[in-house]
Amino acid sequence: MTRFLFRAAALVGFALTLPGPEAMAHGFAGERFFPATLLTDDPFVADEMSLPTLTRNPTGADGAQELDVEVDLAKRITPRIGLTIRDQWQYVQPKDASPVTGFNALSTGVQYQLFVDGPREAIGLVGLNTTWGHTGRVQALGAPDFTTLTPTFDFGKGFGDLPDSLPYLRSFAVTGNLSVDFPTKVESSGSPNPNTFNYGFAVEYSLEYLQHHVQDVGLGKPFDRMIPLVEVALTTPFNRGQGSQTTGTVQPGLIWAGQHYQLGAEMIIPVNSLSGHGVGGIVQLHFFLDDLFPKSIGRPIFD
Amino acid sequence: MRLLSASLLLPALLFAAPAARAHAFLDHASPAVGSTLRQPPTAISLWFTQELEPAFSTVSIVDQGGQRVDGGDAQVDARDQTLLHASLKPLPPGTYKVMWRVVSIDTHTTEGTFTFRVGG
Repeated sequence: MTRFLFRAAALVGFALTLPGPEAMAHGFAGERFFPATLLTDDPFVADEMSLPTLTRNPTGADGAQELDVEVDLAKRITPRIGLTIRDQWQYVQPKDASPVTGFNALSTGVQYQLFVDGPREAIGLVGLNTTWGHTGRVQALGAPDFTTLTPTFDFGKGFGDLPDSLPYLRSFAVTGNLSVDFPTKVESSGSPNPNTFNYGFAVEYSLEYLQHHVQDVGLGKPFDRMIPLVEVALTTPFNRGQGSQTTGTVQPGLIWAGQHYQLGAEMIIPVNSLSGHGVGGIVQLHFFLDDLFPKSIGRPIFD
Repeated sequence: MRLLSASLLLPALLFAAPAARAHAFLDHASPAVGSTLRQPPTAISLWFTQELEPAFSTVSIVDQGGQRVDGGDAQVDARDQTLLHASLKPLPPGTYKVMWRVVSIDTHTTEGTFTFRVGG
């Protein structure tokens, strides 16, 4: 408990003490606003914080029950370069065994905003995520005893540039992720650590875009800031004897994005028995630090 | 339970942050977004979710040929800084595109477009 508070306080302190001279928008490409999605990575650098993200996972393939509490922080260093940090506390109830609690591995990331094309509502980002070995409970929770490097490409595309003859399709947007995991250790305790290909996407329908950019259909608050979406994330190992064992989840849900924060909730549906059984759920409270603190930590450190 | 309480305490601190401004989103407009009008409007008004910086907030309206049809007098209302308005030239039947770009008073920039129609 003390460790959790210390880590959470450190993350918040990191956010609240960084100075910066300039502010730009979070998740915008032209007039398209991309919300922070819950499962897949966002294709933009930002000054934002998810605190907390609460996840009740589907029952694991081994019958374990799991509850996660996660903190994520994203901070821009320049308008195009950002850092991320993420940590997760877990409560795991193995089948026929006593529950175990503790931290999973600490993850950090470096990101570069590759392009933002306003007229085409297109956005792209490359990054390198690192999951640090020995930063979680290795024996009890199965946190990794090795570091994993993960180069990523994240993208987003809004369909506001569709012809006016297709007005109601213009509110759609898609974001997606492609990445490959490179573990720095080929096996742990006799089990292989394969390279994995990770791919995911989110299909969003922005009621904000519909109401304020396409057609005033009479949506009032809070419906005019809602974004129904479906997220999908899959992982496929491709070497070390683990090929073709794809796992992942499909997560339909809803995001409400306000002026300073957003709320999100999704169901978690495993794609196969290897990914778990039953249905889980995730809820997230997400803060736009650039709107909350526009003259201090909400700006890039260097303009 | 203590963990849950702790994880909700920190967000409460963020909610208690000093009153902040934010990105200005379009709240509503007259003529309404995507609307069809029988009579041509003589002015356009846009209401936003935040107060605007008058020097850097503007709106222009063009016809299907790309010709400006606003009076070139877009301005933030002196009494209601969430309101941006402009006069319009006489509009024949047709489709018109509204293009706005505004800066909220904390310097966040947002932009948007929409269309409205005049006549059948």
